[in-house]
Amino acid sequence: MSRSVKLKKGFDIRIAGKAEKLIAGDVNPVLYGVKPVDFPGLIPRLNVKPGDMVRAGSMLFHDKLHPEILFTSPVSGKVVAISRGDRRKLLEVVVERKGNDVMDFGIANPEELAPEEITEHLLASGLWPAVRQRPYHVIAKPGDVPKSIFITGFDTAPLAPDYNFIMQNTPVKLFRTGLAAISKLTDGKVHLVTDGDGAVTQAAANAGGVEISYFSGPHPAGNVGVHIHHIDPVNKGEVVWFVNLQDVVTIGRLFEEGIYRPERIVAVTGSDVLHPRYYKMLSGGSIIPLVSDNVNKGHLRYISGNVLTGTRIEPDGYLGYYDSQLTVIPEGDYFEFFGWAAPGIKKFSFSKTFASSIFPKKSYRLDTNLHGGERAFVMTGQYEKVLPMDIFPMQLLKAILAGDVEMMENLGIYEVAEEDFALCEFICTSKIEIQSIVRQGLEMMIKEMS
Amino acid sequence: MSFLREKLDKLKPQFSEGGRFAKLRSVFEGFESFMFVSDKVTFKGSHVRDTIDLKRTMSVVIIALVPALLFGAYNTGLQHFKSVGVDPAVLQAFWFGFVKLLPLIIVSYVVGLGIEFIAAQIRGHEINEGFLVTGLLIPLIMPVDIPLWMLALATAFAVILGKEVFGGTGMNVFNPALLARAFLFFSYPGWMTGDKVWTEGLTAGQNIIDGYSGATPLSFCAAGEVTKLPSFMQMFIGTIPGSVGETSTIAILIGAIILIVTGIGSWKIMVSVFAGGAFMGLLLNAFSANPYMELPFYYHYVMGGFAFGAVFMATDPVSGSQTEKGKWIYGFLIGLLSILIRVVNPAYPEGVMLAILLMNVFAPLIDYYVVQSGIKRRLKRARVTIKINTK
Repeated sequence: MSRSVKLKKGFDIRIAGKAEKLIAGDVNPVLYGVKPVDFPGLIPRLNVKPGDMVRAGSMLFHDKLHPEILFTSPVSGKVVAISRGDRRKLLEVVVERKGNDVMDFGIANPEELAPEEITEHLLASGLWPAVRQRPYHVIAKPGDVPKSIFITGFDTAPLAPDYNFIMQNTPVKLFRTGLAAISKLTDGKVHLVTDGDGAVTQAAANAGGVEISYFSGPHPAGNVGVHIHHIDPVNKGEVVWFVNLQDVVTIGRLFEEGIYRPERIVAVTGSDVLHPRYYKMLSGGSIIPLVSDNVNKGHLRYISGNVLTGTRIEPDGYLGYYDSQLTVIPEGDYFEFFGWAAPGIKKFSFSKTFASSIFPKKSYRLDTNLHGGERAFVMTGQYEKVLPMDIFPMQLLKAILAGDVEMMENLGIYEVAEEDFALCEFICTSKIEIQSIVRQGLEMMIKEMS
Repeated sequence: MSFLREKLDKLKPQFSEGGRFAKLRSVFEGFESFMFVSDKVTFKGSHVRDTIDLKRTMSVVIIALVPALLFGAYNTGLQHFKSVGVDPAVLQAFWFGFVKLLPLIIVSYVVGLGIEFIAAQIRGHEINEGFLVTGLLIPLIMPVDIPLWMLALATAFAVILGKEVFGGTGMNVFNPALLARAFLFFSYPGWMTGDKVWTEGLTAGQNIIDGYSGATPLSFCAAGEVTKLPSFMQMFIGTIPGSVGETSTIAILIGAIILIVTGIGSWKIMVSVFAGGAFMGLLLNAFSANPYMELPFYYHYVMGGFAFGAVFMATDPVSGSQTEKGKWIYGFLIGLLSILIRVVNPAYPEGVMLAILLMNVFAPLIDYYVVQSGIKRRLKRARVTIKINTK
């Protein structure tokens, strides 16, 4: 049985620099970074020191609260740097690629394994963090039994990679094995959610034994939170897991080949990329080969992920654990004379207060300027237009700011994550840091419930 | 504009913490951000942001108010010349009204913005744009003959006790402009009611021709002289006595279109205010105990401040209902109460101001029930899924 959900609420940010459907090459950066900051709420404990030799799949650090959750190196080589930020916060562990020494986790047929054995495999190889949960949008707890598992088969974020294209360039067998392994982790259903606008996507065509759903509409129609909300909503005390499509393939490879090799097809996008295209590389790779001689001159911002939810990285930084996209856009650190009063032919806005709204198809070179100062909540009814969920966004945000746990619970904090509110933050007239507020609320709930 | 920018950059350190004019920091920042959109870039969260900000939002409302303002200036002149028996040219009437209105606008802005600047400095915030609209709304809902000191007093009252004590723009319970009007209405009723205050010069009483009473349509109705009402068309166009900006329904409609097309004003509130007015109008028709009750409901739309209140006052996002369902209820009750107060209560010929202020108080309650019904829906859903799971 398949279901289709058509969403009307939402908004597609028309930013220039969509990746051409072409795999421009297989890049092998020298340096790889694994970043504890990619995992919200994680307290990392280091297992290596600079100079240590590691194999592909050997542990770099682990989770203090759940020591069985390991974070492993994507390549074999030498640990060359451990960088720390304020208050000695661990930012990244950098490994220099050398040799081809892999950890052997053993080839296995997931169909014949018990759920515990699959969990063990994933934990040991460092693939467990790919399995995340709602509520809270954090790494799943090993040992929990989720009521269902969601696999997101498409992405509607600005300039997001086309997963149909990615799947056409991925071995089907690995994907199926990965699905088989994941299916074992729940007594409930496994949902594969895919793009309802296009034809039946590759991912859907190859999926066996899973429930397929089709979602269509503007962003955030591709967000897992929206899928869960419409298919199998999370109530208090319930847990739903979700896995990214490319991670399913990596999980498949773990069982088919016995190794941890987080191969990614990465979309290099953004208005300031000269040739926006796809590249094959390993997760956590340095972005240097992707951007050298491939970006405009000027003050640029490099984002691992998309412009709404991505992380700012350095021009020689590393792609995040969950990201299959690199975006490069100009910084907006300039003053604009009477910018708020101009008719605004070239100003992109969700509102219809600029002259640009008479060109509904044009795409724009957006920069990082805030376009105003932070204010109190003034306008109402805006957030609702870009959040396709049965949730009162402003009331929930105010409950978080007030620290009212019971109200947060009542208003659906278990169903949301910061990425679902990213568009609210984009369109916010008062320039409020909405995603930070949502994460703050989630952290409050984690503390409260533990 | 780089030379201006350089000047500002040079001056900036003096206005920063520890500088000579640190006490005027918020004023400097206010002017700087007025002239230049800041170079601040995103730090956390979404890397790109919508180009809209509160300044843009407020300037759209001001643009929407311009037709009512221009017509108000013209009508102020027209009524004055009518009262002295002169038939003025359009420009002559407009210029006369413009000269009369300008001091009102200046006083309202100077007093209100002055207080805003001080409040921003005390709090260490940036200056809020909210008063840009309030400052124009206040003169538009006053009788033109209001003494300037009263206007200043009312503005100060509205900004300090109506807004700043609650925490500034975004935190206020009441619509500040209406609060200014209500303040004068109850403190100086002689200047806010009756037939004479609506026309410039009528209170002073010089050279007034016989037969010009200056009565507004509402005062005719309140006096039971419904037959003396101007024609519907005349009231729709707005060449009648009344508060400065409220008389022309057609100018207000142009503003309404601007607000709705840009999405700044809530069309739900506007529509439901008119619907509520129609409902009450029809209900009164059914009773029809006196000629006023028999008045067709659409006459109420063009009389007094009904249209102005529906388009510019009820739609204030801060003091109104904040949930989408709540907006329907909120607007409907405003329309309903406005007409009820107008027709049934002899003490108040105009009901819109009181209806909106009253509903400002009830808006949080409406939102509370809307949100509670959402919470109940969520709990019900949870129970259903638990049932399915345990089967």
